[in-house]
Amino acid sequence: MSATVTGAPRLRPSRALILRGLLLAGLALLALLPVLNRLPADSALYVSDFVVSVSGKWICYAVLALAIDLAWGYAGILSLGHGAFFALGGYAMGMHLMRLIGPRGVYGNPILPDFMVFLGWKELPWYWWGFSSFPFALLMALVVPGLLAGVVGYLAFRSRITGVYFSIITQAMTYALMLAFFRNDMGFGGNNGFTDFKELLGLPLNTAEARAALFYAALAVLAGALWLCRHITRSKLGRVLVAVRDAESRVRFLGYDTTHVKLAVFVLSAMLAGLAGALYVPLTGIINPGEFSPGNSIEAVIWVAVGGRGTLAGALLGAFTVNAVKTWLTSFAPDLWLFVLGGLFIAVTLFLPRGLVGLLHKGEGR
Amino acid sequence: MKAGTLYLDGVSVVFDGFRALNSLSLIIEPGELRAIIGPNGAGKTTMMDIITGKTRPTEGTVSFGDHDLTKLDEPAIANLGIGRKFQKPTVFDALTVFENLELALKAPRDPWSCLRWVLGPEARRRIEAVLAEIGLSERAQDRAAILSHGQRQWLEIGMLLMQDPRLLLVDEPVAGMTDQETEHTAALLRRIAGQRSVVVVEHDLEFVRALGQKVTVLCEGSVLSEGSIDHVQNDPRVIEVYLGR
Repeated sequence: MSATVTGAPRLRPSRALILRGLLLAGLALLALLPVLNRLPADSALYVSDFVVSVSGKWICYAVLALAIDLAWGYAGILSLGHGAFFALGGYAMGMHLMRLIGPRGVYGNPILPDFMVFLGWKELPWYWWGFSSFPFALLMALVVPGLLAGVVGYLAFRSRITGVYFSIITQAMTYALMLAFFRNDMGFGGNNGFTDFKELLGLPLNTAEARAALFYAALAVLAGALWLCRHITRSKLGRVLVAVRDAESRVRFLGYDTTHVKLAVFVLSAMLAGLAGALYVPLTGIINPGEFSPGNSIEAVIWVAVGGRGTLAGALLGAFTVNAVKTWLTSFAPDLWLFVLGGLFIAVTLFLPRGLVGLLHKGEGR
Repeated sequence: MKAGTLYLDGVSVVFDGFRALNSLSLIIEPGELRAIIGPNGAGKTTMMDIITGKTRPTEGTVSFGDHDLTKLDEPAIANLGIGRKFQKPTVFDALTVFENLELALKAPRDPWSCLRWVLGPEARRRIEAVLAEIGLSERAQDRAAILSHGQRQWLEIGMLLMQDPRLLLVDEPVAGMTDQETEHTAALLRRIAGQRSVVVVEHDLEFVRALGQKVTVLCEGSVLSEGSIDHVQNDPRVIEVYLGR
């Protein structure tokens, strides 16, 4: 008599096994990509640089999707501002990469990034201190999103702001940050953001080795994030989260401080999103305030809705599927993408409320 | 004040000029089983809200033993040992019967402890004891969503018992139940009282009679009559405002 649990309706063991098998097979296949990239270009199994770098991005998105699913699918906290946590993590890593450029910049200033020299700044602002250290930058990629989520979450959850009101607040948060980061005098490169990175951890970027290393780092983080989320959702805390999602006031009457529970999961989720952003920036080689745009956060929520919220497999499936469709479609009809995305969301809401994973529940009762 | 005594004195609650409670005074002794009846709008649910910290009184004293309940929030009051069963059963549908009880089991409630929680033999024994008490041992691994209405009510009472409460507030436990389920529930509540106080708000007079305990009649936010079921049923004021209608 074991007390295993997932937040969503349970799958029959055989189907759960199939899903898990598919998931592991998918991840194993991903892990092969950089190896196939090393094959001669005329080999049938050769995979182009583009595929490797694009799937590396999807892996970061999958981590972001897990973060959103943990908060939304399990605890019922619908954040429409997770893109901000992702972007903040990205900026933290971007600051480190900028500091590593050193005298190789256009202006050759060993301390100041190019955009600061261009603006006529004489010294590094205090909030750039420490970012020459990789561990510090990585720590900030976790701490800054976590702290912001902590403040926003504390104020909102303490005042019992839930549902759509909370979503609107988070949406406003990411919009405000976008406007702030567009300003040159913020000291984050204004609308150009950061780019032209040279190296990371002594490894020159723009080489196949660096791409593969970053790819595997992202894959390792995805595996770690999946393990962590699985551990949480299968613990009693996971059951408390589901209970908060379905009947928060009842949980409060059971003596749980739901403010703390929600705050804990929201902060953790923001930190995961930050980590995803920190991986994303060296992979793509650029970060700019566009990453804060409200549409990004909404798109990430749609991945989770399409895959199936309340299941970790659903979050992963959604992130990879929707982004694969996006990459394929934008290659020949970029103007169509937003319509397809909106249509997808409506279709999933109407016909597949449990997402793609819900297809596996077909004929299984409620 | 004796530990475990619920004490309401001169409690009034005013919502936009409407007096939901009007200097209500009430004492529930430890171990007592008390039924509270009254017409709609008499303030029964508001009284429950006051005791559990959901609503704050405009004036008056509400205490449980030495604790001033008007100064505590809902989780703190729940942790004092005051459990509440709502009118509408709210069990967690996505979880199994066993997991519902496990969540209610008295244990550290902070997120970190929940993450580290391991179900030990003692906890399992307690959950199984309550499962037996509420008659749901066979359904332990079923999701709460598929229970019948009566079973959901018992599960909710079971969840209250898991918290080892000293005072149980039970709001309309037999609404919508079959006669057999009603009898079963009355027996369950009689068994539970004694080790702890139980306050039952109910419309069903047959059920109140089956409880066989002291009855308080509320009307327009204050106590109209108090005594045995026969006493209150024969009280002319009660007949006028409630039973006679």
